[in-house]
Amino acid sequence: MSGLKSESNFEKLLAANQFVVTGELGPPKSADSTVIREKAGYLKGRVDAVNITDNQTAIVRMSSIAAGTIALQEGVEPVIQITCRDRNRIAIQSDVLGAYAIGLRNILCLTGDHQTFGNHPTSKNVYDMDSIQLVRMLKDMRDEKRFACGDEIRNGKNAPIVEPRIFIGAAANPFADPFEFRVIRLAKKIAAGADFIQTQCVYDMARFKEWMKQARNKGLHEKVKILAGVTPFKSVGMAKYMRDKVAGISVPDYYIERLSAAEDKAAEGINICVEQIKELREIEGVAGVHLMAIEWERRVPEIVERAGLLPRPSVK
Amino acid sequence: MIVAERKPFDEILSMIGNARKVLILGCGSCVTVCMAGGEKETQLLASTIRLSDKKQNITRELRCATIERQCDKEFFAAVANDVKWADIIVSMACGVGVQFCGEVFTDKEVVPALNTKFYGATVEQGVWSERCVGCGDCVLFKFGGICPIARCSKSLLNGPCGGSQNGMCEVDPENIQCGWQLIYDRMAAIGRLDLLEQNQPLKNWSTGRDGGPRRVVKEDATL
Repeated sequence: MSGLKSESNFEKLLAANQFVVTGELGPPKSADSTVIREKAGYLKGRVDAVNITDNQTAIVRMSSIAAGTIALQEGVEPVIQITCRDRNRIAIQSDVLGAYAIGLRNILCLTGDHQTFGNHPTSKNVYDMDSIQLVRMLKDMRDEKRFACGDEIRNGKNAPIVEPRIFIGAAANPFADPFEFRVIRLAKKIAAGADFIQTQCVYDMARFKEWMKQARNKGLHEKVKILAGVTPFKSVGMAKYMRDKVAGISVPDYYIERLSAAEDKAAEGINICVEQIKELREIEGVAGVHLMAIEWERRVPEIVERAGLLPRPSVK
Repeated sequence: MIVAERKPFDEILSMIGNARKVLILGCGSCVTVCMAGGEKETQLLASTIRLSDKKQNITRELRCATIERQCDKEFFAAVANDVKWADIIVSMACGVGVQFCGEVFTDKEVVPALNTKFYGATVEQGVWSERCVGCGDCVLFKFGGICPIARCSKSLLNGPCGGSQNGMCEVDPENIQCGWQLIYDRMAAIGRLDLLEQNQPLKNWSTGRDGGPRRVVKEDATL
């Protein structure tokens, strides 16, 4: 297959116009690698790539590159998440070189949750750059073969240029404000060099469809692969928490009512998730789903199977 | 102006420690305007110390004085005698004034009575809010006169993160407006939303604090 930007299998599937499925794996809050191996076991063969979160919600966890490397050993293809909160351009570029050298091929560029939400609220943040600038920096490393400062990516004058050939992703949140700016921001991420987009979890289907319509009107769905995010509800409490406490997530009340009425809340949460995936798949311009089963990786096989997404296609 | 607020009383008292002759030195500029360290506040602090000392049976002499500015050396001459008398100077200036006071009176202990907060403005009676971080390379022309570095919790230059909801920032939805909502609304009002579609490249932070302590030299003003 020609015209590929990286050696990512995830990229190959998207290039072949397969409807892709990505999962998510939260690294442990300890140095315990068995947690990663166990979670990877649930995801292997059920999803095409797995996002490894980067100290999500600003709580210290094992580094995404280290956890991603372990996941890779277990046979899943990681998407390394990198946020702008904790590292400056020196540290991020250094980590990207290392990640590529280890064999990691996909990176998702994020702004990062503010540190006040996490377990070290008195820490200093970095935000040397924003997620859009991060996308651009990685694209320039890959395509221009240069660091952000302009230097070539080589170990010396006579050494070969060895650039990190990374498949570059960015996030999009159609549910935050100002709504009118959300598609502009998507366009800026594409202009910066994003190859794929994973969205915040979709519960408000009407608003997501409106956002996709705006994206299609600008032809953005043809310039980037958009994966719609889904997160199954584990309980009524979780649904209420997402509705009331998490900025940038919109949870319609009818989901709360439906879960409340159900005898088995978890099963109903999975029913809803499966329905959402099926509905998202029908939307023009949606290239796949990003299934974020938060601390519920073990239910991923069931969700993917019931959504009719198995077996996963193989890469030639 | 530089906005500051008084430190908790117990912290000030512990900095004063056993000093028996205390000069409380106010500043007549920014911190007077933001009601933290002007003449009135020096008197208020002195009264509070006296009350506390009385309860604790501590004998201590207090003097209050306020000079025009603590960030210009010439104004300190007016209090030279008070400083000579004092064991310690409690400066009610911003961090700049506290340090300058120490640079003028090199043999005296100077302690800060205020926490210096930010460059800001009075938004309503008794309320001040941050507007500038002194990055050294003003970008206001790109953002409709609203600074994303000072007013976005993450200093984002290319638009709002996912934490913007109903005009407020997720870091403190009760009190912090989303800087990017303000920028968006302002750009819409002046018909310049097109500017926001441009990708802003990596910022050069070396003009700010990240370049090390800064100084400005205006050649034609030097002697």
